[in-house]
Amino acid sequence: MDILKPSFKQRAFPQRSRDDGRSLIKKLLIFWLLIFVQFQATAQAQERLRLATTTSTDNSGLLAVLHPPFEKQYGVKIDVIAVGTGKALKLGENGDVDVVMVHAPGAEIKFVEAGYGVERLAVMYNDFVLLGPVEDPAMATRADTITAALIGIAGHEQTFISRGDDSGTHKKEKSLWQKAGIKPAGEWYLAVGQGMGATLRIADDKQAYTLSDRGTYLAYKDKISLVITSEGDPELVNPYHVIMVNPAKRPHVKTGLARKYITFIRGEKGRDIIRNFKKFGERLFNPGAAE
Amino acid sequence: MDYFSEAITAALTLIFSFDEEVYVVVWTSLRISFIAVILAAAIGVPLGILVVLKDFVGKRLLQQTLNTLMALPTVVVGLLLYGLLTRQGPLGDLGLLYTTTAIIIGQAVLILPIIWNLSIAAAGSADPRLLPTSQALGASTLQQGKMYAHEARFAIIAALVAGFGRALGEVGIAMMLGGNIEGFTRTMTTAIALETSKGEFEFALALGILLLVAAFLANFLVQRFQKIR
Repeated sequence: MDILKPSFKQRAFPQRSRDDGRSLIKKLLIFWLLIFVQFQATAQAQERLRLATTTSTDNSGLLAVLHPPFEKQYGVKIDVIAVGTGKALKLGENGDVDVVMVHAPGAEIKFVEAGYGVERLAVMYNDFVLLGPVEDPAMATRADTITAALIGIAGHEQTFISRGDDSGTHKKEKSLWQKAGIKPAGEWYLAVGQGMGATLRIADDKQAYTLSDRGTYLAYKDKISLVITSEGDPELVNPYHVIMVNPAKRPHVKTGLARKYITFIRGEKGRDIIRNFKKFGERLFNPGAAE
Repeated sequence: MDYFSEAITAALTLIFSFDEEVYVVVWTSLRISFIAVILAAAIGVPLGILVVLKDFVGKRLLQQTLNTLMALPTVVVGLLLYGLLTRQGPLGDLGLLYTTTAIIIGQAVLILPIIWNLSIAAAGSADPRLLPTSQALGASTLQQGKMYAHEARFAIIAALVAGFGRALGEVGIAMMLGGNIEGFTRTMTTAIALETSKGEFEFALALGILLLVAAFLANFLVQRFQKIR
């Protein structure tokens, strides 16, 4: 049997094994080619700057007009990761992005003091508005201040949609409740854990109150029926800052490109684009510092 | 109903006017999931056939584990890989988080148990005389494996398509590891999630329709393959 084996083997398998060998090599080649193409596509693509920013800036549509001129001028690509301010700062802390643009001064200062960020600079500002149904069952429009309006909502137990995602808007909302001396809880208070745009849609569907930045509200104005029920309180100012992730802590940060980006959006061109970005004739963001 | 029918009209217009934004997203999705399938197949198919060819301790346990892993939740895969790939994670130096490569790895992990397990089923359903015959003829393990792969090729292709469908339709991994970056890691599913939240229902619907078409097409191809046999 042992002597017969090789000849049997040859008769049963020779053709097949040679063929298989060739096609196996071909398949392996194709396989590695695909992997190669994939990595090539990732590697050889233009230099990419990673920006973590808030859903409010991204959903408003500002970045879609602010970034292309910069990308064109420097032949680079900006990867926008739109999350809540809390998550954006976390991404910066971990070094998963090069730059963050957020709107929660308290958290930003902590971020810089902890050594995760450097060069915290003002970019633009707008304000928060309290939105609610036209009927205004909580009579928020009659309140003089935002805290009085919130007290009215809680008192009437009118549905309030909270971002609930540790974003800048959520942080602001929490501080306003605190100033109003209310611990919001109960069936009327819904934390949805979503971005600004999604939150507006939910609030609109439920005809509820919610806090929004003016930029996103204007961007969504034609898609929702909610109206502004409280605005103008100095408490409601909403400044945006840009911070570069500290290269001393996270050495792979693209400092050169990050600085170019920061200079661009704070410079003449960037300010012009921000100033001229309008929805329904209204400006969404004002360039510069809030003061 | 008006809202819905108008949205469908607008979505079809987007599809048939070959809107660039729509097709960039579609292409990204198809490319990512296709490579993920190839990666998972390169590992899963040989392992699946090997399980059929060899008897070993723990074979039952392995198959039970694979059965369980077939229902692997996408967000768990996303979560674990996020922890590995973030800059502070063990593989952070590769800088893979928020790239298409990260999504590919995630999807490959997700569908590996599916392809592996279905390959076991595929090879297991081959003619039972195949193993003793090829052994008697003195075929090596590699040759036996090739015989099985050849015999079960249609069932294996079906396994790959099942994996492809799962990868194409998942949203958790693409969102957590890709970051939904426009023109780069935005896939059909993450775009649908985003555009719906933005109120761009037509755009989301157009992608939804294309996603369905892709799934149907894949299944149609499998059935054609099976007919050829």
